[in-house]
Amino acid sequence: MAQLFSNEMYPSSPALDERSRDLRRLVIDALDGGGRGHLGSSMSLIEVFRVIYDDVARHRPEEPMWEERDRCILSKGHGCLALYAVLAAHGYFSKQEMLTFCHFPSILGGHPERSKIPGTEASTGSLGHGLAIGVGMAIAARIKKRDTRVFVVMGDGEINEGSVWEAAMSASKHKLSGLTAVVDYNKLQSYGRTREVLDIEPLADKWRAFGFETVECDGHDVEELRKCLSRPLGTNKPTMVIAHTVKGKGIAFAENEPAWHHKSRVPADQIQAMYDALAEDA
Amino acid sequence: MRKTCLNLVYELAKKDPRVVFVGSDLGPGVLDDMKREMPDRFFMEGVSEQHIIGMAAGLAMEGFIPYVNTIATFITRRCYEQIAIDLCLHDLPVRLIANGGGLVYAPLGPTHLATEDIAITRTLPNMTVVAPSDADEMARFMATTLDWPHPIYIRLGKGGDPVVTGNQKTFEIGRSVTLRDGTDIQIISTGIMSGRALDAAEALSIDGISVGVIHLPTIKPMDTVAVLLAAKSKMLVTLEEHFKAGGLGSAVSEVLIDANQIPERGILRLGLDDTFPLNYGSQDELLEAFGLQPPGIADSIRTALNVRN
Repeated sequence: MAQLFSNEMYPSSPALDERSRDLRRLVIDALDGGGRGHLGSSMSLIEVFRVIYDDVARHRPEEPMWEERDRCILSKGHGCLALYAVLAAHGYFSKQEMLTFCHFPSILGGHPERSKIPGTEASTGSLGHGLAIGVGMAIAARIKKRDTRVFVVMGDGEINEGSVWEAAMSASKHKLSGLTAVVDYNKLQSYGRTREVLDIEPLADKWRAFGFETVECDGHDVEELRKCLSRPLGTNKPTMVIAHTVKGKGIAFAENEPAWHHKSRVPADQIQAMYDALAEDA
Repeated sequence: MRKTCLNLVYELAKKDPRVVFVGSDLGPGVLDDMKREMPDRFFMEGVSEQHIIGMAAGLAMEGFIPYVNTIATFITRRCYEQIAIDLCLHDLPVRLIANGGGLVYAPLGPTHLATEDIAITRTLPNMTVVAPSDADEMARFMATTLDWPHPIYIRLGKGGDPVVTGNQKTFEIGRSVTLRDGTDIQIISTGIMSGRALDAAEALSIDGISVGVIHLPTIKPMDTVAVLLAAKSKMLVTLEEHFKAGGLGSAVSEVLIDANQIPERGILRLGLDDTFPLNYGSQDELLEAFGLQPPGIADSIRTALNVRN
């Protein structure tokens, strides 16, 4: 059976609202300033981060290391433009900073770094690291008797890594109900379709078998994401939210196009085409 | 040495609530007292080295000091990227307790020998690399690990190694220990090889060759002052239970080359040849096969002195 892309699975997915389009404009600003970036991998993530930072997580942009904040790790570090856009929108740093993306003195590199970017919990880029770090953070919260939530956002290609499943077993063993993992399931990894490169199905069954309370949703439907992310879903187990997303979401010509996983030397006319495509999506 | 190290984790945990222990499917009974008294800070995870390093990083980011314990070769090769990125890039105070550095697991074969661990850990920024010579030194060192703000790789010997640092009262990370004074040659050694260096120096003294022994329990950061001082002797010898490539000898050579200070008769690097060991037997037997027991060490030094005369 052919694998459906998420916009085929969710034909009635709501149109992007102004907030979602504003965040995407920030991503395009960075692409414009840096001349490069993982467009497709970032656009699929916007609503996940938007909901975590707008509606769910306890956090203080004016005090990024606030002890009682919830932790959010972007494990698929190449999706960093989505994280940067949401952090900038919340005032962790100036929106103008997006234009410096990947430049020599910038705090914003092609993958996120904890030591440089306010609000960034972990330096990632090599895949398969975030869930183990999240397990450690969730255990730390338990030792301190805090109700801290820890979010770990992974890619679908990323979970090819065996280290993800080592961490999954541990999260389940320790009954880390404060841990919520998300898979950005856009069905495309760098080379092509996940089903063809290394099939990860049956994905929800796998996570259930590994002891996660698992739900699936339209990863661009803000209301659905709020329902899935607003509280831990398992009482004695970690939560997995499989977010069915569209790679390149919002830029029609880039949607579901492997070539837009990462682009370098993006010409000015393509940048303008992206802003235009976003306007048409309204 | 191993027993001392683990007991001290327990002792440190009793006095400091930041201390947590993470093991990877170790033998039964390890740190049972800690498990019983502090179950929330004792973690025995599965055979999952990549995971335990990441988990330790997450704990350290939240203010804990994790002591992670497993076999040396597994805690380096299997999870090298986690060490580089999760620990070193974030510069976190995680302690890697590496059991069986060098040839300790000789009877178990090459899969269990940690013979390039110093090379691959010392080249990572922010990492500290320590190889104590004996249980007494291990005890002094462990007391300093609570407040060292960087990751530490701790290379353990087999245990029961003779105490050669008995005259020391303190341990300072980055400081060398002079075990024997000498005027002709200086041997710089680390880990359990420092005991063998002393025996070789004694043998050479019978030939009228005056040999000093400087023990470097900390390979990184290196005591460069002591190394440069040692280079003023006629010949400098490095001695390690590790491949010659990338280990103590390489690190010492880098210091001397950078300072453009090469001893009159050069540097003699003694260590393991560039080969996986072909035999099993005991640690001592393998060391002998590589010419790294005291008689072999003394022979190599005599030969080099003659050839370079």
